[in-house]
Amino acid sequence: MTATAETTAGSRGSQPPVPDGAVTVTVKIRRFNPEFDDEPRWDSFDIPALPSDRVLNLLHYIKWYVDGTLTFRRSCAHGICGSDAMRINGVNRLACKVLLKDLLQTGDKQTTITIEPIKGLPVNKDLLVDMEPFFEAFRAVKPYLVTYGNEPTRERIQSVADRERFDDTTKCILCACCTTSCPVYWTEGSYFGPAAIVNAHRFIFDSRDEGAEERLDILNDIDGVWRCRTTFNCTDACPRGIQVTKAIQEVKRALLFKRV
Amino acid sequence: MTSAGAPERSGTTRGGGTLYRGDLGMWSWVAHRITGVLTFFFLFTHVLDTALVRVSPNAYDAVIETYKNPVVNLFEVGLVGAVLYHALNGIRVMLVDFWEKGAKYQRVMLWTVLAVWVVVMIPGFYFMMERTISDLVGGH
Repeated sequence: MTATAETTAGSRGSQPPVPDGAVTVTVKIRRFNPEFDDEPRWDSFDIPALPSDRVLNLLHYIKWYVDGTLTFRRSCAHGICGSDAMRINGVNRLACKVLLKDLLQTGDKQTTITIEPIKGLPVNKDLLVDMEPFFEAFRAVKPYLVTYGNEPTRERIQSVADRERFDDTTKCILCACCTTSCPVYWTEGSYFGPAAIVNAHRFIFDSRDEGAEERLDILNDIDGVWRCRTTFNCTDACPRGIQVTKAIQEVKRALLFKRV
Repeated sequence: MTSAGAPERSGTTRGGGTLYRGDLGMWSWVAHRITGVLTFFFLFTHVLDTALVRVSPNAYDAVIETYKNPVVNLFEVGLVGAVLYHALNGIRVMLVDFWEKGAKYQRVMLWTVLAVWVVVMIPGFYFMMERTISDLVGGH
């Protein structure tokens, strides 16, 4: 199979029947094909869709029935795996968690949905970005349980209050919505970014963990928590509702007051 | 078709596109930077013109005389506005940093900052521009 830029057929052939109640929406996608394009370009598709559709359904429709060359990531399609983070109408969202009815224009106005790859990571193709710099920062903060000494013979006990301390940051699915919404990260790729700090926070404030000092040392770096300018874009972008900026501020205060 | 090696990543694919429609906090940060830079420029010229008095008091007087016109008066109001925003938002940023509930109330605090700014700037504008306006409208 050799797909070219001129190919207009979808990967599943002809277009399916339009369901009752469907509205035509324009999906404007910022695309980039490294084999043909020097610069990213805009591509528009007018497609039928139901208000109950998610943005991911629209992308599927385009890929399956209109243009099979459209490239994006998705896996579970239910907001759990975190692979379909993209910029929808200017903000980072998971395509599988945004409903079309929330984006529809009122009245008879034509709805246009703008979709772009997340900012700050190198674009490989269309909406597909290279996540490696993101995961590199994640790995650097030791996002795993660190303990010293002999293993206990029984399980490691933790009180409800101690568990509550880091509950919010356990919810992270590593979709990169937060990190790529950060104006500091766009210009300073060496910044660890919100997601890495959130995952450090998850272990720093875990009473069973003994690696807090190491992680705080790592984040006390010039590219660590002090780069955060509290723009709150990350908190707004998080599809899991994590209070990201609050978590970063807690790490900052732990560094300032040596209180974990 | 050879596909050996990863496709080259061109630098232009980083960023670009539409403006990010960020949180209110992002715009407060943008305004904080702009007002900060504007205030710096004022301080820079202020140091220069004040230093002139060491060169010659007459030169200093001559320069200050050029400031007495409506346009510079407007700049002065702008300067007060910039410094006022920068100061109030600076307090907000410090509270976000040091107060446990700062992150939770950041939006409330931003609206408070803007409300105080407007409340101060309305009489401020009046008293600072009073003379210029009455002169322009042909007062005494």
